[in-house]
Amino acid sequence: MTTAAVEIFDLEKTYRVGFWRKRQKLALRPLRLTIEQGEVFGFLGPNGAGKTTTLKLLMGLAPPTAGTAQILGMEIHDPRVRAQIGFLPEQPYFYDHLTARELLTYYAQLSGVPAAERFPRVAAMLKRVGIEGSSDVQLRKYSKGMLQRVGLAQAILHDPKVVFLDEPMSGLDPMGRREVRELIQQLQSEGKTVFFSTHILSDAEALCDRVAVIHQGELRGVGSVAELTRQSQSKVEIIFCAANLPPALAALGVETRISGEMVNVVASQERQDSVLEILRRERLHLISLTPVRSSLEEYYVEKLRSKQSGKGASA
Amino acid sequence: MNSRIASVAFNTFREAVRDRVLYNLIAFAVLISAAAILVGEISIEVERMVVVNLGLTAVSLFGVVIAIFIGIGLVSKEIDKKTLYTVLSRPLRRWEFVVGKFFGLAGTLVVNTLFMAVGVFLALLYVTHRFQRGDLPVLAALYFIVLEFLIVCALALFFSSFSTPIMSAVFTFALFVIGNLADDLRGFARVTTGLAGAIAQAAGYIVPNFSAFNIVNQAAHGDSVPARLIFYNTVYALLFSAMAISGAVIVFQRRNLK
Repeated sequence: MTTAAVEIFDLEKTYRVGFWRKRQKLALRPLRLTIEQGEVFGFLGPNGAGKTTTLKLLMGLAPPTAGTAQILGMEIHDPRVRAQIGFLPEQPYFYDHLTARELLTYYAQLSGVPAAERFPRVAAMLKRVGIEGSSDVQLRKYSKGMLQRVGLAQAILHDPKVVFLDEPMSGLDPMGRREVRELIQQLQSEGKTVFFSTHILSDAEALCDRVAVIHQGELRGVGSVAELTRQSQSKVEIIFCAANLPPALAALGVETRISGEMVNVVASQERQDSVLEILRRERLHLISLTPVRSSLEEYYVEKLRSKQSGKGASA
Repeated sequence: MNSRIASVAFNTFREAVRDRVLYNLIAFAVLISAAAILVGEISIEVERMVVVNLGLTAVSLFGVVIAIFIGIGLVSKEIDKKTLYTVLSRPLRRWEFVVGKFFGLAGTLVVNTLFMAVGVFLALLYVTHRFQRGDLPVLAALYFIVLEFLIVCALALFFSSFSTPIMSAVFTFALFVIGNLADDLRGFARVTTGLAGAIAQAAGYIVPNFSAFNIVNQAAHGDSVPARLIFYNTVYALLFSAMAISGAVIVFQRRNLK
């Protein structure tokens, strides 16, 4: 059996805040999650949901209040783990007195890349992220998009097995986002595990094998996009001919749109029979009935709105 | 020194150089040249003393200002700018980072002091027209100044590991001033009894004894410096710096990065 890429066992984080540091602020409730090797895993949630906290705990940037985690079977505080992982923080900041080439060389040294391999590897990485033309310009002169490319380059420079990306598409233009998507796909085809946090659902839907939704520091659901959207309330779209909206239908509280003599109704599957019954009773002409595929966005919104906790959700 | 510490140290040194820290050498050069030319007008008896006194005091002050103002930002600036995120997610231990930052700043100060030392000796040559055996204590005084910088750097690093940059600067500068009065503090403790005496005695031994490093007057008079003092001061500076850095490491090890 292969070792999981990431295994999180009830990882929890509480910050002490205030002048006397006596008040406690819960950032992450006990989180249990497993990510298999080779997966592209999306970690979804709104701002302040606990995505970055989780990544900081996994990267050893903040100690957990309770719980533990393993990456490739090694404890997260084991320094050997660090050689196997790459990390792109949200809105990355780098030493702006350095050029991109100098920065990557510095990171290659820290990551233990042998001296003989550093120069060719840095050159290849600069080319891969498309900044070889400005590789000898100090980073203080770089645009946000270019810095994001440098961030991606430093995350994969040392050929890590697991890559953690915190909001990798944030602030990028459509072209930049597309390039990041392509890079993630390339990493997956190279057999790497990619764990990325985002609140851009279309990216997650397009890229991820599985996703998890986190809100207010609590895991609300985890699974493949298809599984999750199936769990979400399914709907049907019913189109029929009518000059006016029947009062009974209006009273049912379904979404309706009238254009000319056509009425378009979107209702949950439970209400489908009630809608059809009204159409039969009113002798209205049915044109079509189509199941509406639930999107990840609907699942996400549903999970964020749900008051019930998602405790017990597991990978 | 392992290669990761060396990499962090070199990056710190390079940052200081690119942030134009060594530009202070221009101000120093102007000051020492003006002093040498002006004292040329005074009697030959005192001009050497004036150049040595002024030169060594300037070397010390310029260096201490750099040690404090860069030292307090060594760790806190990296936390504020979040540059640490991509550094500490690599196979680099937190203590290696702190020690590397210390060596980087210490290296910057040593290079800075070397250039200033050359300036002092050129000014000496200008006023006395030749080097003499009595100039050797100037080298010892410069060495003691470098040792003083190591302690100041380590203290700035220690305070910055848990305090704001402004408070760190205040604490470090206060300790630098009190440390220069450590001998007086110990003398006061000897003639005072009761609680005040005990506090003065404790403070006299806790604060870094910078007064033991100040041999500017001896150097100006050309008095020789005992080898024993050089040995004791070296051991003292290394131990004190190591303690302060260890304190910084202990605090930084537990710190949450925001």
